[in-house]
Amino acid sequence: METFLTLLTRRLVARRPDLLRRLGTVVHVPIAIVPEDLPHAFLLSLDAIDSRVTLCGKDEIGDAQAVIRAPLLVLLGLLDGTYDGDAMFFSRDLRIEGKTEYVLALRNTLEEADLTPGEFLGLGAPAAGWINDIGSRVLAQARCLASAGAERRDKLSGRHS
Amino acid sequence: MTAASERRMELVCPAGTPATLRAAADAGADAIYCGFADETNARNFPGLNFSPEELSVSVAYAHERGAKVLVAINTFAQAGNTGLWKQAVDNAAACGADAIIAADIAVLDHAADKHPDVRLHLSVQAAANTPEAIGFYTETFGVRRVVLPRVFSVPEIAALNREIDVETEVFVFGGLCVMTEGRCSLSSYATGKSPNLTGVCSPPDHVDYAEDRAGRMKARLGGFTIDCFERGEPAGYPTLCKGRFSALGHTGYLFEDPVSLNAFELLEELAKAGVTALKIEGRQRGKAYIASVVSAFRKAVDGLSGGADASASIAALKALSEGGQQTTGSYRKTWR
Repeated sequence: METFLTLLTRRLVARRPDLLRRLGTVVHVPIAIVPEDLPHAFLLSLDAIDSRVTLCGKDEIGDAQAVIRAPLLVLLGLLDGTYDGDAMFFSRDLRIEGKTEYVLALRNTLEEADLTPGEFLGLGAPAAGWINDIGSRVLAQARCLASAGAERRDKLSGRHS
Repeated sequence: MTAASERRMELVCPAGTPATLRAAADAGADAIYCGFADETNARNFPGLNFSPEELSVSVAYAHERGAKVLVAINTFAQAGNTGLWKQAVDNAAACGADAIIAADIAVLDHAADKHPDVRLHLSVQAAANTPEAIGFYTETFGVRRVVLPRVFSVPEIAALNREIDVETEVFVFGGLCVMTEGRCSLSSYATGKSPNLTGVCSPPDHVDYAEDRAGRMKARLGGFTIDCFERGEPAGYPTLCKGRFSALGHTGYLFEDPVSLNAFELLEELAKAGVTALKIEGRQRGKAYIASVVSAFRKAVDGLSGGADASASIAALKALSEGGQQTTGSYRKTWR
């Protein structure tokens, strides 16, 4: 998984040098992305030739200069532009720690990246279109299920409170 | 058809990146405002804004879709160092910008002198709120539009429009500021940087958040705690003007609450008041915000001349607002 994500990230950076320019001082800076509903975290370091994605335990992110925490579906929605980062922060679905300027630079760069599954995998048309279509349907279905689950939990907790 | 709907108001939308500019154009913006990645614009945040090359490509994209591009060069040039601001004006003109939004007299003078064919809009940062002040800018620099400070009620805007002969643009959605635009130095007291000179209010390199085990989040600026949010409580940016302070046994917001403007219900009144353009705030926001807000307000403006009802689309925007709250601000002010 680490090798695969690192390879795709390096290819993306090589294809889109504009993204590194936009990142500015965040180049080389390790940032932890923590899906709250998964047992692991991702340590991301972006660089012109040596970008890395490291899979680690949530208690192994001490090197990170900034930490972004949110449920996995929120993180994926931020990556593909479905959700607005500020709105997720206002609603407390997204939490950040550490150097805020690094989080902001990364967020704004990802916004510009238009990071669809097809773009991340480096696919051309029409394969990118198919993958993006399948990906958005799967994510939409997952969000529906997650939303229904949350409503059920709210109802149950209301019933028992 | 009502008098208000006879003249269609222009929808002016924000863009912090080329991707958000494309989202705004695709969602139906009449005009899109943006800035360069330096101290010449009041949203000088990391990862945000445009290079001249990106602006050129983006202008072409917007023009193909019938949208204009307005370039905000709206900070105040440093004494003895106006080169960066003049270069920004030259770059905007070379990129094919339809207008330059400026507040500083040196910037306005350079634009009027060197690029007379490019429209000049007076930024809200100039805080021009009297016929005399507006008259100075229109007569001296040929300013074609004034972005009004967020201090007016709707009847006051109508009265002002009767006394001036220039287009007016008003904010209708997004983050609010204390009502001394262009004159606010609060941020610089805590960080040494301000929106007027360096283009950043509450710069992110001075912001940090810390959450304790109980889920209580402290938002700090320059090491000062600006607000504390209990678990699940909607949060806001740690700007000093929206800080929650305790004194003499009372805790509350000293200047203003973390709340966003939404003037949807006043659009017809604003049209009757003679407003030419409606501005959406949020150059620091993402594509999801831009697409939702622009398409909702596109529907709302079109609704004034017989289009579909936009109420449901506008109601959905509450989730995007700072603090999860909305206000009509000074447009319906109950204070003086």
